[in-house]
Amino acid sequence: MIPTEYYIFLASALFTIGVIGVLTRRNVLIILMSIELILNAVNINLVALSQYFKSVDGQVFAIFVITDAAAEAAVGLGLIIALFRNKETVNADEIDLLKW
Amino acid sequence: MAELVTFIILGLLALVSALMVITRHNAVHSAIWLVITLFAVGGIFLLQHAEFLFAVQVILYVGGITVLFLFVVMLVDIDVQLKQARFARQWQLALVTAFLVVAQLGYALYNHGLGLNLPSRPMVPAPAQNTQAVGMALYQNYMLPVEIASILLLVAMVGAVIMAKRKLQ
Repeated sequence: MIPTEYYIFLASALFTIGVIGVLTRRNVLIILMSIELILNAVNINLVALSQYFKSVDGQVFAIFVITDAAAEAAVGLGLIIALFRNKETVNADEIDLLKW
Repeated sequence: MAELVTFIILGLLALVSALMVITRHNAVHSAIWLVITLFAVGGIFLLQHAEFLFAVQVILYVGGITVLFLFVVMLVDIDVQLKQARFARQWQLALVTAFLVVAQLGYALYNHGLGLNLPSRPMVPAPAQNTQAVGMALYQNYMLPVEIASILLLVAMVGAVIMAKRKLQ
Protein backbone atom coordinates (compact mmCIF):
# COMPACT_ATOMS: atom_id res chain seq x y z
CA MET A 1 0.00 0.00 0.00
CA ILE A 2 1.61 3.23 -1.16
CA PRO A 3 1.15 6.23 1.15
CA THR A 4 -1.26 8.81 -0.24
CA GLU A 5 1.38 11.49 0.30
CA TYR A 6 3.55 9.99 -2.46
CA TYR A 7 0.74 10.45 -4.97
CA ILE A 8 0.30 14.05 -3.85
CA PHE A 9 4.04 14.74 -4.22
CA LEU A 10 3.99 13.22 -7.71
CA ALA A 11 0.93 15.30 -8.61
CA SER A 12 2.53 18.52 -7.37
CA ALA A 13 5.71 17.79 -9.36
CA LEU A 14 3.66 17.18 -12.52
CA PHE A 15 1.63 20.35 -11.81
CA THR A 16 4.85 22.38 -11.50
CA ILE A 17 6.19 21.03 -14.80
CA GLY A 18 2.91 22.04 -16.42
CA VAL A 19 3.08 25.54 -14.93
CA ILE A 20 6.65 25.98 -16.20
CA GLY A 21 5.52 24.86 -19.65
CA VAL A 22 2.61 27.31 -19.73
CA LEU A 23 4.78 30.20 -18.60
CA THR A 24 7.90 29.67 -20.70
CA ARG A 25 6.96 28.20 -24.07
CA ARG A 26 6.12 30.33 -27.12
CA ASN A 27 4.20 27.74 -29.11
CA VAL A 28 0.48 27.92 -28.26
CA LEU A 29 0.06 24.19 -28.98
CA ILE A 30 2.63 23.26 -26.36
CA ILE A 31 1.00 25.67 -23.90
CA LEU A 32 -2.25 23.71 -24.43
CA MET A 33 -0.35 20.44 -23.87
CA SER A 34 1.03 21.85 -20.60
CA ILE A 35 -2.53 22.64 -19.53
CA GLU A 36 -3.33 18.96 -20.13
CA LEU A 37 -0.39 18.07 -17.86
CA ILE A 38 -1.81 20.32 -15.12
CA LEU A 39 -5.24 18.71 -15.46
CA ASN A 40 -3.64 15.26 -15.20
CA ALA A 41 -1.89 16.29 -11.99
CA VAL A 42 -5.27 17.32 -10.60
CA ASN A 43 -6.71 13.96 -11.61
CA ILE A 44 -3.93 12.06 -9.80
CA ASN A 45 -4.76 14.03 -6.64
CA LEU A 46 -8.50 13.38 -7.00
CA VAL A 47 -8.04 9.64 -7.54
CA ALA A 48 -5.49 9.30 -4.70
CA LEU A 49 -7.77 11.03 -2.20
CA SER A 50 -10.84 9.16 -3.46
CA GLN A 51 -8.93 5.92 -2.80
CA TYR A 52 -7.85 7.21 0.61
CA PHE A 53 -11.40 8.01 1.70
CA LYS A 54 -12.77 4.81 0.11
CA SER A 55 -15.33 6.74 -1.89
CA VAL A 56 -15.81 7.01 -5.64
CA ASP A 57 -16.80 10.70 -5.55
CA GLY A 58 -13.23 11.77 -6.40
CA GLN A 59 -13.17 9.50 -9.41
CA VAL A 60 -16.49 10.97 -10.60
CA PHE A 61 -14.95 14.43 -10.35
CA ALA A 62 -11.91 13.20 -12.28
CA ILE A 63 -14.28 12.12 -15.06
CA PHE A 64 -15.76 15.64 -15.11
CA VAL A 65 -12.22 17.08 -15.28
CA ILE A 66 -11.49 14.84 -18.28
CA THR A 67 -14.74 16.06 -19.91
CA ASP A 68 -13.63 19.64 -19.40
CA ALA A 69 -10.20 18.82 -20.81
CA ALA A 70 -11.80 17.42 -23.96
CA ALA A 71 -14.03 20.50 -24.37
CA GLU A 72 -11.08 22.81 -23.71
CA ALA A 73 -8.86 21.01 -26.24
CA ALA A 74 -11.56 21.15 -28.93
CA VAL A 75 -12.27 24.88 -28.47
CA GLY A 76 -8.58 25.75 -27.96
CA LEU A 77 -7.45 23.93 -31.08
CA GLY A 78 -10.29 25.54 -33.07
CA LEU A 79 -9.05 28.92 -31.84
CA ILE A 80 -5.49 28.04 -32.90
CA ILE A 81 -6.65 27.11 -36.41
CA ALA A 82 -8.58 30.39 -36.72
CA LEU A 83 -5.53 32.27 -35.39
CA PHE A 84 -3.12 30.56 -37.78
CA ARG A 85 -5.40 31.36 -40.70
CA ASN A 86 -5.48 35.04 -39.82
CA LYS A 87 -1.97 35.77 -38.52
CA GLU A 88 0.18 32.90 -39.89
CA THR A 89 1.70 32.32 -36.47
CA VAL A 90 1.19 30.11 -33.42
CA ASN A 91 3.64 32.00 -31.20
CA ALA A 92 2.08 33.37 -28.04
CA ASP A 93 4.28 36.49 -27.97
CA GLU A 94 3.39 37.50 -31.53
CA ILE A 95 -0.32 37.54 -30.73
CA ASP A 96 -0.51 41.11 -29.44
CA LEU A 97 -3.63 42.53 -31.04
CA LEU A 98 -5.06 43.58 -27.64
CA LYS A 99 -1.79 45.08 -26.38
CA TRP A 100 -1.15 48.79 -26.60
CA MET B 1 7.07 -3.77 -2.39
CA ALA B 2 6.31 -4.60 -6.02
CA GLU B 3 3.55 -1.98 -5.82
CA LEU B 4 6.04 0.67 -4.70
CA VAL B 5 8.50 -0.23 -7.46
CA THR B 6 5.71 0.04 -10.04
CA PHE B 7 4.70 3.40 -8.60
CA ILE B 8 8.28 4.71 -8.78
CA ILE B 9 8.73 3.53 -12.37
CA LEU B 10 5.41 5.01 -13.49
CA GLY B 11 6.00 8.26 -11.60
CA LEU B 12 9.49 8.73 -13.05
CA LEU B 13 8.17 7.90 -16.52
CA ALA B 14 5.39 10.49 -16.11
CA LEU B 15 7.76 13.20 -14.83
CA VAL B 16 10.53 12.61 -17.40
CA SER B 17 8.14 12.50 -20.34
CA ALA B 18 6.36 15.61 -19.00
CA LEU B 19 9.73 17.39 -18.98
CA MET B 20 10.27 16.21 -22.57
CA VAL B 21 6.83 17.63 -23.53
CA ILE B 22 7.79 21.12 -22.41
CA THR B 23 11.36 21.09 -23.77
CA ARG B 24 11.11 19.59 -27.28
CA HIS B 25 11.62 21.86 -30.29
CA ASN B 26 9.23 19.94 -32.53
CA ALA B 27 5.57 20.01 -31.48
CA VAL B 28 5.05 16.51 -32.95
CA HIS B 29 7.67 15.13 -30.55
CA SER B 30 5.95 16.97 -27.70
CA ALA B 31 2.64 15.33 -28.62
CA ILE B 32 4.26 11.86 -28.69
CA TRP B 33 5.85 12.43 -25.27
CA LEU B 34 2.45 13.64 -24.03
CA VAL B 35 1.04 10.23 -25.02
CA ILE B 36 3.66 8.55 -22.82
CA THR B 37 2.85 10.88 -19.90
CA LEU B 38 -0.86 10.15 -20.25
CA PHE B 39 -0.22 6.39 -20.34
CA ALA B 40 1.92 6.63 -17.20
CA VAL B 41 -0.78 8.63 -15.40
CA GLY B 42 -3.28 5.99 -16.54
CA GLY B 43 -1.03 3.33 -15.03
CA ILE B 44 -1.06 5.25 -11.77
CA PHE B 45 -4.88 5.21 -11.87
CA LEU B 46 -4.73 1.44 -12.37
CA LEU B 47 -2.35 1.15 -9.42
CA GLN B 48 -5.02 2.80 -7.28
CA HIS B 49 -7.69 0.34 -8.50
CA ALA B 50 -9.52 3.03 -10.50
CA GLU B 51 -9.98 0.74 -13.48
CA PHE B 52 -12.80 2.68 -15.09
CA LEU B 53 -10.82 5.91 -14.98
CA PHE B 54 -7.86 4.10 -16.57
CA ALA B 55 -10.09 3.06 -19.48
CA VAL B 56 -11.47 6.60 -19.78
CA GLN B 57 -7.93 8.01 -19.69
CA VAL B 58 -6.70 5.73 -22.48
CA ILE B 59 -9.78 6.07 -24.71
CA LEU B 60 -10.42 9.80 -24.24
CA TYR B 61 -7.01 11.33 -23.58
CA VAL B 62 -4.66 9.07 -25.51
CA GLY B 63 -7.11 8.13 -28.23
CA GLY B 64 -9.00 11.39 -28.57
CA ILE B 65 -7.29 14.51 -27.35
CA THR B 66 -3.78 13.58 -28.48
CA VAL B 67 -4.98 12.70 -31.96
CA LEU B 68 -6.70 16.09 -32.08
CA PHE B 69 -3.42 17.71 -31.04
CA LEU B 70 -1.45 15.83 -33.71
CA PHE B 71 -3.95 16.89 -36.37
CA VAL B 72 -3.60 20.56 -35.49
CA VAL B 73 0.20 20.31 -35.19
CA MET B 74 0.25 18.91 -38.72
CA LEU B 75 -2.07 21.69 -39.95
CA VAL B 76 0.09 24.55 -38.72
CA ASP B 77 3.53 25.20 -40.10
CA ILE B 78 6.20 23.07 -38.41
CA ASP B 79 9.19 24.06 -40.53
CA VAL B 80 8.96 27.71 -39.49
CA GLN B 81 8.58 26.70 -35.84
CA LEU B 82 11.79 24.66 -35.88
CA LYS B 83 13.91 27.69 -36.79
CA GLN B 84 12.52 29.90 -34.04
CA ALA B 85 13.33 30.22 -30.37
CA ARG B 86 11.61 27.69 -28.14
CA PHE B 87 11.11 29.84 -25.07
CA ALA B 88 9.39 33.18 -24.69
CA ARG B 89 11.24 36.37 -23.82
CA GLN B 90 9.99 36.34 -20.25
CA TRP B 91 11.40 32.89 -19.41
CA GLN B 92 13.58 34.06 -16.48
CA LEU B 93 10.61 35.80 -14.84
CA ALA B 94 8.50 32.73 -15.61
CA LEU B 95 11.02 30.43 -13.89
CA VAL B 96 11.03 32.69 -10.83
CA THR B 97 7.23 32.52 -10.74
CA ALA B 98 7.33 28.74 -11.14
CA PHE B 99 9.87 28.56 -8.31
CA LEU B 100 7.46 30.55 -6.12
CA VAL B 101 4.74 28.02 -6.94
CA VAL B 102 7.10 25.16 -6.00
CA ALA B 103 8.04 26.93 -2.77
CA GLN B 104 4.39 27.37 -1.82
CA LEU B 105 3.58 23.75 -2.63
CA GLY B 106 6.65 22.55 -0.74
CA TYR B 107 5.77 24.70 2.26
CA ALA B 108 2.22 23.40 2.27
CA LEU B 109 3.34 19.77 1.92
CA TYR B 110 6.21 19.83 4.44
CA ASN B 111 4.50 22.06 6.98
CA HIS B 112 3.67 19.15 9.26
CA GLY B 113 6.64 16.97 8.57
CA LEU B 114 6.31 14.49 5.78
CA GLY B 115 2.77 13.49 6.72
CA LEU B 116 -0.04 15.63 5.42
CA ASN B 117 -2.25 15.34 8.50
CA LEU B 118 -4.96 13.83 6.41
CA PRO B 119 -8.14 13.28 8.38
CA SER B 120 -8.46 9.69 9.50
CA ARG B 121 -9.90 7.42 6.88
CA PRO B 122 -13.36 5.95 7.28
CA MET B 123 -13.40 2.24 7.97
CA VAL B 124 -15.86 1.27 5.25
CA PRO B 125 -14.40 -1.22 2.78
CA ALA B 126 -13.69 -0.02 -0.75
CA PRO B 127 -16.34 -0.93 -3.32
CA ALA B 128 -15.31 -4.18 -4.94
CA GLN B 129 -16.55 -3.39 -8.45
CA ASN B 130 -14.98 -0.07 -9.39
CA THR B 131 -16.83 0.42 -12.69
CA GLN B 132 -20.16 -0.46 -11.13
CA ALA B 133 -19.57 1.90 -8.20
CA VAL B 134 -18.57 4.78 -10.49
CA GLY B 135 -21.59 4.15 -12.72
CA MET B 136 -23.92 4.11 -9.73
CA ALA B 137 -22.45 7.39 -8.46
CA LEU B 138 -22.62 9.00 -11.92
CA TYR B 139 -26.24 8.12 -12.63
CA GLN B 140 -27.65 8.46 -9.12
CA ASN B 141 -25.95 11.18 -7.09
CA TYR B 142 -24.40 13.07 -10.00
CA MET B 143 -27.29 12.93 -12.48
CA LEU B 144 -27.58 16.71 -12.94
CA PRO B 145 -23.80 17.29 -13.30
CA VAL B 146 -23.68 14.57 -15.98
CA GLU B 147 -26.41 16.37 -17.93
CA ILE B 148 -24.60 19.70 -17.54
CA ALA B 149 -21.36 18.08 -18.73
CA SER B 150 -23.13 16.76 -21.82
CA ILE B 151 -24.46 20.25 -22.57
CA LEU B 152 -20.94 21.60 -22.08
CA LEU B 153 -19.60 19.10 -24.62
CA LEU B 154 -22.33 20.12 -27.08
CA VAL B 155 -21.47 23.81 -26.63
CA ALA B 156 -17.75 23.04 -27.05
CA MET B 157 -18.44 21.07 -30.24
CA VAL B 158 -20.51 23.88 -31.76
CA GLY B 159 -17.91 26.42 -30.62
CA ALA B 160 -15.04 24.49 -32.17
CA VAL B 161 -16.87 24.13 -35.49
CA ILE B 162 -17.72 27.85 -35.61
CA MET B 163 -14.17 28.79 -34.58
CA ALA B 164 -12.54 26.71 -37.30
CA LYS B 165 -14.97 27.72 -40.05
CA ARG B 166 -13.45 29.67 -42.88
CA LYS B 167 -15.80 32.62 -42.90
CA LEU B 168 -18.80 33.65 -40.84
CA GLN B 169 -21.83 34.79 -42.81
